[in-house]
Amino acid sequence: MPDTTEGFAAPAPDAASAPDPVLEADGRLELPVDGEWKRVSPRYVVVEIVGTVIFGLVLCAGATALWLLAEVSWAPIVLALIVVVILIVVLFEPRRVRSIGYQLRQDDLLFRRGIMFQRFVSVPYGRMQLIDVTRGPVARWLGLADLKFVTAAASSGVLVPGLAFDDAEALRDRLVELAESRRAGL
Amino acid sequence: MTTLADGEWHRLHPASPLLRGGLFIVAILGFIISNLRERLLDFFFHVPTYGDDPIDELFRRGAVGWALLGVVVILVVILVAFYLSWRMHTFRVSGEVVEVRSGLVFRSNRRARLDRIQGVNIVRPFIPRLFGAAKLEVSVAGQDANVHLAYLGSAAADALRRDILHLASGARAAAALPAPASTDAAAEGEDWVEHAGTRAAGSALGPSLGSYLGTAAGGIAGGIGGFATDRAHEFFAPELDPDAAPPESVVRIPPGRLIGSVVFSGFTVFVLIAIAVLVWSVSAGGSGWLLIAIFPGLIASLSFYFNRFTKSLRYSIAGTPDGVRVGFGLLSVSNETLPPGRIHAVRVSQPLIWRPFGWWQVRINTAGHSTNKGAAGEAHTTTLPVGTLTDVARVLELILPGFDSDSGSENGRETLLVDHGVRSPGGDDGYTNAPRRAAWLRPFSWRRTGFTIAADTVLLRRGFVSRELVLVPLARLQSISIQQGPIRRMLRLAHLRVHTVAGPVIAALPVIDVREGERLFERLSAGAISSARADTSHHWADPRHPLNRAPLAPLAQPLAPVTPTAEAAL
Repeated sequence: MPDTTEGFAAPAPDAASAPDPVLEADGRLELPVDGEWKRVSPRYVVVEIVGTVIFGLVLCAGATALWLLAEVSWAPIVLALIVVVILIVVLFEPRRVRSIGYQLRQDDLLFRRGIMFQRFVSVPYGRMQLIDVTRGPVARWLGLADLKFVTAAASSGVLVPGLAFDDAEALRDRLVELAESRRAGL
Repeated sequence: MTTLADGEWHRLHPASPLLRGGLFIVAILGFIISNLRERLLDFFFHVPTYGDDPIDELFRRGAVGWALLGVVVILVVILVAFYLSWRMHTFRVSGEVVEVRSGLVFRSNRRARLDRIQGVNIVRPFIPRLFGAAKLEVSVAGQDANVHLAYLGSAAADALRRDILHLASGARAAAALPAPASTDAAAEGEDWVEHAGTRAAGSALGPSLGSYLGTAAGGIAGGIGGFATDRAHEFFAPELDPDAAPPESVVRIPPGRLIGSVVFSGFTVFVLIAIAVLVWSVSAGGSGWLLIAIFPGLIASLSFYFNRFTKSLRYSIAGTPDGVRVGFGLLSVSNETLPPGRIHAVRVSQPLIWRPFGWWQVRINTAGHSTNKGAAGEAHTTTLPVGTLTDVARVLELILPGFDSDSGSENGRETLLVDHGVRSPGGDDGYTNAPRRAAWLRPFSWRRTGFTIAADTVLLRRGFVSRELVLVPLARLQSISIQQGPIRRMLRLAHLRVHTVAGPVIAALPVIDVREGERLFERLSAGAISSARADTSHHWADPRHPLNRAPLAPLAQPLAPVTPTAEAAL
């Protein structure tokens, strides 16, 4: 069994936006696809960071309450841990956002995300039931939108976040058009 | 012509409101009787009353007349409401849609496209069944989107289902619907389902075979004796429409095996543990609160066993030209027809406890969910509650195209693959299995965790303690995902999932060699597209169906084949 450090180090080398097969670690999941991955807007990092920071603040508030109100002696350690973890997560946020990508192939939409926990999804266009374009408050401020591709299977879960609003609308129209030309039943 | 599927508006069984509201009326009767029990005791047994019940009060105030008037008014109101709700509840079946209009104050209109039908279910709950009535449910994809026709006469429901399926199949020989003579006679008897507006209600209640109202009210021809014979005959008739299906089911479950399958289940293990805890706590001199906590549950479990048993009794399955028909039930009976191509995933599984007996279960995922409970209190997802491998092969033959015995020379291979899929301990048997290093994650089952593709269907097998084989037709697959976390990366493995519509069957390979997984991912996504393109099952019997099918649904509301609209008419 390879040791743990190798498993964790593996993601780092291909930090460039296009995955590089030469630097690919042995066990790493990498689909042999030719097309170029379209990336989401770099501004999406801000949305992610805001979300993480708010979540971290809530946790910190909880820990502080434990410390000051309930006078739990180990609360400061927890508080420090939370801060460290949030900082690490925030540091890796740009890399995580760069890992999100999608491709419009001939007959299906290919989607990927994640570094440590990778996930690839392929959805044939004909399986589309509807497309959702949503915008959260921070994303709206940055001019971004999320696009969700819904199929009859609840577990498909293809959510492309952080698209510039115009891109999201164009992508939606394109997907609907593609789906219409490849219509299939359920 | 006998058919109800002629595009005109029809009405339901005149007793429908009564049958639908039956429980409500029983509840009211119960309430009244329980309130007047002392008076009834006095009346029948001359037990003195203690006074001060509502009737005493009425006597004292001399308001008996008013009370009687009130009762009459209430009865009249109920009757009028029933009559109106029956008048306003109409349905029609045309070449394109099934449509239902109902409601008095809040009108509602619901239509389902025929090419989106996921299944047609006929349910005969115990009480309506005694009166020869049945509920027809057309299921389409989506939550609460089904079209219900409750109630119709038994024979009329069967005929209507046949016609709906016939229209939906795309085999539109139009007016010349071949209606066999046997149902003709029966359907004429069920003539009370009158043409809306064209015939008076009175004439609809004429002498008939099926109409219990006609017999009871008119007391004419045939009489109650004939009616009872009819009902009894119907009650014990096989749950398969003789003209639309081969008379006998292809699989028979002996009652002994059924009892065995219910007794040897995970639930029994749970009950045994509960009993053990109970015995231990009592013998250890516990305070007895456990007894109070557990004992009622144990009694309730008896009714669970009884229910499971009666619901799975008289199981039948048979192939018809318009799909597979699965029937269940002893007292309340249901039988559902699933047209071809409506089954999204199939699982053949065997819990450890069944292994000594060689029993297997078959469950499926479908997009439409009938609201009526099927076998064992579950939705209609259990296609075979318990059966031997021979039974499983027969069921698979019916529900999966390409696995039937006359689909060409490859068939031997597919049967063999299924057999290996369920029984083989692993090795070189037609499946691509996980590598040895998968033993870190799946210490027992890694040898047989594998996949293969045959007849446009992907077969995934896994499980050692509880063996299972999942089959997903590529044309029904919604999407595929492959994922990997740090541990699987170290072991050069991946986790592959095949997404289908929601249901009890989950199609996934928890461990697969990462390169193999990438190849399978590509193969499946290509296969899904080509199979979906060649799929013609939305109009499964359309003779002029070319492979390049016309776009069939406007994209405006893709997942809304039913458009229920309710508007306030007040």
